[in-house]
Amino acid sequence: MKKLTRRKALKGMLSGGAVTVALPLLDCFLNDSGTALAAGAPMPVRFGTWGYGLGGTSSIMVPKKIGADYDLPEEIASWARVRDHINFYSNTTAHMDASPNNNHFTGWVVGRCGIAPSGGIPSETIDTTIANRIGKTTRYMSLTATATGDVTNTYSYVNKVTPNPAEWSPLKFYTRLFGPDFQDPNAPSFTPDPRVMVRKSVLSGVMDQTQTLLKTVGSEDRQRIDQYFTGLRQLENQFAQRLTKPEPIASCIAPGQAPVDPPMNKEVATVQLRHRMMTELMVMAVACDQTRVFNMAFSAAFSALVKPGFPQPYHTCTHEDPIDPDLGYQPNSSWFTRRTMESWADFVEAFTKVKEGDGTLLDNVLIYATTDVGNARTHAVDDMPVFTAGRAGGKLKSGLHIDLKGASPTVVGYTALRLMGVDVPSWGTLSNQTSEVFNEVLV
Amino acid sequence: MKAWLRGSAVSLLSAFILAGCSGSEPEPESAGTPPRASLVSTAQYFNTLRYVFGSSIDLQVEFPPFERKEGLLANGAAIAGVSSSQLEQFQAAGTTVAAQVVGPTHREFLLPCKPANPKSADEACATEFLSQTGRLLVRRPLTDTELNTLVDNAGMGADKLEDFYEGLEIALEALLLSPEVLFVVEHAEADPDNPGQLRLDAYSLASRLSYFLWDAAPDAELLDAAESGELQTESGLAREVDRMLASPRLVAGMRAFFGDMFHFSDFQTLAKDPTIYPNFTGVTAAAAQEQTLRTVINHLLTENKDYRDLFTTRDTFMTRELAIQFDMPAGPGWVPYTLPADSPRAGLLTQVSFLSLHSHPGRSSPTLRGMALRELLLCQVVPAAPASVDFSVINNPDSHYPTQRDRVNAHLETPSCAGCHRIMDPIGLTLESFDGEGRYRTTENGVPIDTTGSLDGVEYSDAIGLAHALRDNPGLPGCLVQRVFAYGTGGPVQQQDRAYLEHMTEAFKAEGYQLRDLLRSIVLSDAFAKINEPQASPPAGQNDEGHTATLSPIIEETLAASGG
Repeated sequence: MKKLTRRKALKGMLSGGAVTVALPLLDCFLNDSGTALAAGAPMPVRFGTWGYGLGGTSSIMVPKKIGADYDLPEEIASWARVRDHINFYSNTTAHMDASPNNNHFTGWVVGRCGIAPSGGIPSETIDTTIANRIGKTTRYMSLTATATGDVTNTYSYVNKVTPNPAEWSPLKFYTRLFGPDFQDPNAPSFTPDPRVMVRKSVLSGVMDQTQTLLKTVGSEDRQRIDQYFTGLRQLENQFAQRLTKPEPIASCIAPGQAPVDPPMNKEVATVQLRHRMMTELMVMAVACDQTRVFNMAFSAAFSALVKPGFPQPYHTCTHEDPIDPDLGYQPNSSWFTRRTMESWADFVEAFTKVKEGDGTLLDNVLIYATTDVGNARTHAVDDMPVFTAGRAGGKLKSGLHIDLKGASPTVVGYTALRLMGVDVPSWGTLSNQTSEVFNEVLV
Repeated sequence: MKAWLRGSAVSLLSAFILAGCSGSEPEPESAGTPPRASLVSTAQYFNTLRYVFGSSIDLQVEFPPFERKEGLLANGAAIAGVSSSQLEQFQAAGTTVAAQVVGPTHREFLLPCKPANPKSADEACATEFLSQTGRLLVRRPLTDTELNTLVDNAGMGADKLEDFYEGLEIALEALLLSPEVLFVVEHAEADPDNPGQLRLDAYSLASRLSYFLWDAAPDAELLDAAESGELQTESGLAREVDRMLASPRLVAGMRAFFGDMFHFSDFQTLAKDPTIYPNFTGVTAAAAQEQTLRTVINHLLTENKDYRDLFTTRDTFMTRELAIQFDMPAGPGWVPYTLPADSPRAGLLTQVSFLSLHSHPGRSSPTLRGMALRELLLCQVVPAAPASVDFSVINNPDSHYPTQRDRVNAHLETPSCAGCHRIMDPIGLTLESFDGEGRYRTTENGVPIDTTGSLDGVEYSDAIGLAHALRDNPGLPGCLVQRVFAYGTGGPVQQQDRAYLEHMTEAFKAEGYQLRDLLRSIVLSDAFAKINEPQASPPAGQNDEGHTATLSPIIEETLAASGG
């Protein structure tokens, strides 16, 4: 085959007819090492979170071996395919200080805000902090989804009163990401839409109105209107991007077909299926650089997942399932934990299926996973597991089990913040405050 | 004809009120409410667009719900922020609406004029359409600056796209995205009748009234009353309120209120285990809600009956989709239906909506039902369960609890559980004669169900007894008054509202517990429009707690420039 130069390829594409199929990215678009786009920008490191409810049972969840090549106890046996991509940080404690233990809330809020809540959400969550740092140049500052079909199942907050509502329908999510407004970076032709130009122009009038309104409202409302203004800026950014020919991206292959939504119920099998569908879309959104921050909630803190024919939903089960005297744990409750861990493995694995540069997409992400309690049965907020996945662009070791010996999960969160370029001297408050990066996991 | 009907309804209502108010105590001094900036709900957005543009506008949109505060989602509207993804949804909804309004199918009858040349800008026609539409969407006349910006945008779009209608469409999109369409921002003014005090200005009062009673923005007539100053006079306000209470739009408003009070938003994610309850589908859930809302509206607005009797009434509505839960045949559509005198069901507690919503996917829940009765209908707060609840004793395989009553009684053996469960379980256990999907049963695992129980000292033997105990519970009317006032004023009630709420509850009682009279008393009361804090902005970047807040640099500049 004749050698194809980048110039020839582009010239051919631009002068040729508009073909609407996405082309695979040719090697000539990459630099010699294949790790960066030809424009010279390195593959960015992206940040994600994964959340689930009800912890697990330490005796059959936490590896016995510390460090690399850790063992996989029953509840995480499904990790075999992805173990070396995951760090398991066991034995973290959400320090409550003077705050009450708000069941199903305190644990994950400490993990995501660094603050023990005394009422509602005390601050923006970690993903928002990172999105403010790395998310402003992409089409979406962040994407938030859930597998439960419930828009309110989110662990991501823009501020104290504004959750990032979760995408819950694969079809709606697909349409938002890859519907008519998606700009395929590898499309052979590019024609800016004049209607988008006009839309972008009229937004300035809406922004002016917003500024006028800001002068007339009280301080609390001003925060909310200001945040609305930030949304307008993001919208303006989206319009601007649609008017600019995007750089080709090797790993971006938009799904060709709209998915069909699974039934609206919380049966574990349905939730796992919905999770896989949402994950696939999320992964491709990241690969196509539509966002650099993403959040997935597999289940709510008060998880209501159900096992067909079994009368107790997951949360009820953690309270009512008797401990089997032979096994030494709650078998039905553990059944739910195992299914949850399978889905976590699915999530991690999905990022390995996209090739990016010398490795996979997972090498260039950092995923931070939290739950609301340690022990499922007692709902205690000590002995809580935290996971990370990915190598953060080669800066983070993976495949390790670390016993944090009762430290706050903020140790992991703060390390993630610093790895993502958020240059803050510390994170968290009171006993959850930390200013130490956890060097043991850094390359 | 229409005017005559309205007039007669008004006279009738006025007669009721005059009778009800004679000899009543004066309204106690109230603190009033803060001026609010409430985000519109999906239903409010939708209802408003239907009023402005007609019912043929198709809009499939569901904005994220507000956070439920003190029992109501509506209480979350004034604290809800807009995330970027939500703003995207607003933008997409606006695009869908604008395309239809200005599109070839609707433009003939939705636009008041035609451009001189459809291929170019037409300032006069754009001005006419945008000023009329803008007034209804922003709920006040547009300022010259606002209108000029919109008309300029329409012109610029028409020039660029070489099409008058496309330009107008994008200007309408921008209008639908504007902050004052999406946020209902209330403003205060000095109250001339009470020197030193503040009240809602006329347009804010119009909005508060309209969102409360109609779940939509004010109509043109109400805006006219605000513009002329009529709404700020006692007689003008009464006239408008009576008109609104007599309007069929009150039905949509009250369906929204009761749907919120009864937590019907939870139906969106309710699913029953199909292996245990194969007959209960999404269609059943929708029909269950509809049955309750029809019962409520018919009882309270059509028949003007006593609110308390909703909990014992045997009059309801039936449809084929729900009849299976009642083990009876039924035809298609909704028909009035009266339960037989020997039916084990009576009132809202025994309707499928209450029974299925407050149950687990695969079984009933005495605790959830008891808690719902306390929290939703009596406005009481049941504390959250403590951590470390080890409830597995009740599922001890060797214990063989045949019924929920045996199982739930295990709560009472644990002191940390007993306190709360004593106030929930005796209520819920009576409703055990209905399973997790709301079907009647007399046995569980072959053992007869014991339905005896008590509510605040009143003992009964079955669900009908519970219905009567709730109907006569002194907390029931006061809870409705509290919820109605919070919903109407857009935020949770405060401690200082207590005297006012007690006064309103007494008035409610004196008026025979009729909903329309309660609504009227509340919206005509001083407390409804009284504003309790000035809108002076603190220094930029400081919030009420004195913490420095982060504002966009551009906002900082604006505030600095304006001296705000």
